[in-house]
Amino acid sequence: MTPEELVERLGPRFDDISLAHGEVTVVTTRERLVEQLVALKGDPELGFDFLADVSGTDWPDRDLRFWVAYHLYSIEGKHRLRLKVGVPENDVHVPTITEVFPGADFLEREVYDMLGVEFDGHPDMRRILLPEDWDGHPHRKDEELGGVRTQYKGGAFIPPIDQRLHK
Amino acid sequence: MIINMGPQHPATHGVLRLVLELDGETVVSVKPIIGYLHTGIEKNCEYRSWMQAIAYVTRADYLSPLFNELAYCLGVERLLGIDAPPRAQALRVMLTELNRIASHLVYVATTGMELGAVSVMLYGFRERERILEIFEMITGLRMNHAFIRIGGLAMDLPEGVEEKIRDFLEVMPRRLDEYEKLLSHNPIWVERNLGVGYLAPERAIELSTTGPVLRASGIAKDVRKDEPYCGFEQYDFDVVTRTDSDCYARYEVRMEEMRQSMRIVGQALDSLPGGPVMVEDPKFKWPARLKVGPDGIGNSEEYVEHILGGSMEALIHHFKMVTEGVAVPAGEVYQAVESPRGELGLYVVSDGGYRPYRVHVRDPSFVNLQSFRDQVVGQMVSDVIAIGAALDPVMGGVDR
Repeated sequence: MTPEELVERLGPRFDDISLAHGEVTVVTTRERLVEQLVALKGDPELGFDFLADVSGTDWPDRDLRFWVAYHLYSIEGKHRLRLKVGVPENDVHVPTITEVFPGADFLEREVYDMLGVEFDGHPDMRRILLPEDWDGHPHRKDEELGGVRTQYKGGAFIPPIDQRLHK
Repeated sequence: MIINMGPQHPATHGVLRLVLELDGETVVSVKPIIGYLHTGIEKNCEYRSWMQAIAYVTRADYLSPLFNELAYCLGVERLLGIDAPPRAQALRVMLTELNRIASHLVYVATTGMELGAVSVMLYGFRERERILEIFEMITGLRMNHAFIRIGGLAMDLPEGVEEKIRDFLEVMPRRLDEYEKLLSHNPIWVERNLGVGYLAPERAIELSTTGPVLRASGIAKDVRKDEPYCGFEQYDFDVVTRTDSDCYARYEVRMEEMRQSMRIVGQALDSLPGGPVMVEDPKFKWPARLKVGPDGIGNSEEYVEHILGGSMEALIHHFKMVTEGVAVPAGEVYQAVESPRGELGLYVVSDGGYRPYRVHVRDPSFVNLQSFRDQVVGQMVSDVIAIGAALDPVMGGVDR
């Protein structure tokens, strides 16, 4: 299915649908996320049976600060769809989609680890890449690159350029 | 009994740690623990110019660096609305397919070593060395090349490399036959791979596995065929599938894929178009003329002479392009390429600035690792090694 056909098919189902760079993006809400994924997966013509990716982005200036993007793919129809969900800063929770796509397990854990978005109902919601006692979520825009305390005596990673003291 | 395997275990493919619960010799549960190689590549990209980020993403999956570069550059090119010239596209195909052979050779070599076929390890690395020599001639580096650039390639092929590639294409099929003679009917190899690590096709899709693991379960998903990039539709090759869904099928898929990759490399060499390898538009084109030196790619002396002694405008332009770079229009793309381990996707987000706003690497090793539990539970502990080897995870890609 071409992206244009996809927009036509999905238009009635989503209020916010856009086509850019040959990719279809739809925006949905946390409340309707799982229900819509089940529908997209079950629709015989769309057949989005493969979850390619889950990732998160931090936009501190927006009303909904965190955005989780789900990239779906149809093995039969060879078309892709991006589904995005916004999450406010004061309630960083999204329902898990591991019931629909078990392959979301590690990917959701990575988003939690890096951005602090919690996936409710996930079977094992722990950090995945960073140590379990790590403070903070490094992909948030207010976390600086570098200057992070390390376990070495008196050690810290080199601070970012604009924070270095040039003596 | 709970035993800990790794992270420093010779048979866990890098720093992968597995916590296994055993009942006698049978695995009851497994917990992969990862992150030992996390280097913050995605975060680092946000603090560099669009061009500099290439040198970061290339280090994610270190056995297939050119694929990382390619996916990133294709994504940024789509955001910019530019296309690399035909010669660059064909060379990208050729380089990445050579890289695929090199990566699969490491799979054969390390799996051989882990299952006790040490001579295969030596042979695999010997042939890989030939590919790395070709890469060194072209890019100046054996790994982490940062050679594929936004808008094309860093430079054209050097003299004499085509013969070297043709030599390789002539020798390699015989070597592959040799490996198969050593392995395919070897009782130990067959015993340890055949029927081990079964993953049902439906389950493989559910768990989002890709690459040889998915194709060994009979599903012909290959980004090169399904969503061709860099002109892959012009090349004649087959998507290799098997239906046994076990470690032996994955071995067969990878061996056959190396032959297919050689077909593609041959076709790319035969039909190599002429012309530039970088877009001509000075707004996007990397200003420097580069040259391979003893320690990798550097500016050529003539170019340094030109900007420092010849032209003030060229110096200003060079300075602007190198320090500030290019502003990429706001938007987001997900660019998938078929890496040796499966679908490598780069989700690149721009806010219109001179630096990436967000770069997310969907690494196939990371996602494929989820299928570990399904394959090993109920199996013998010795099968854990064979299953891990057949998944072929690269921890640099898993942890990023």
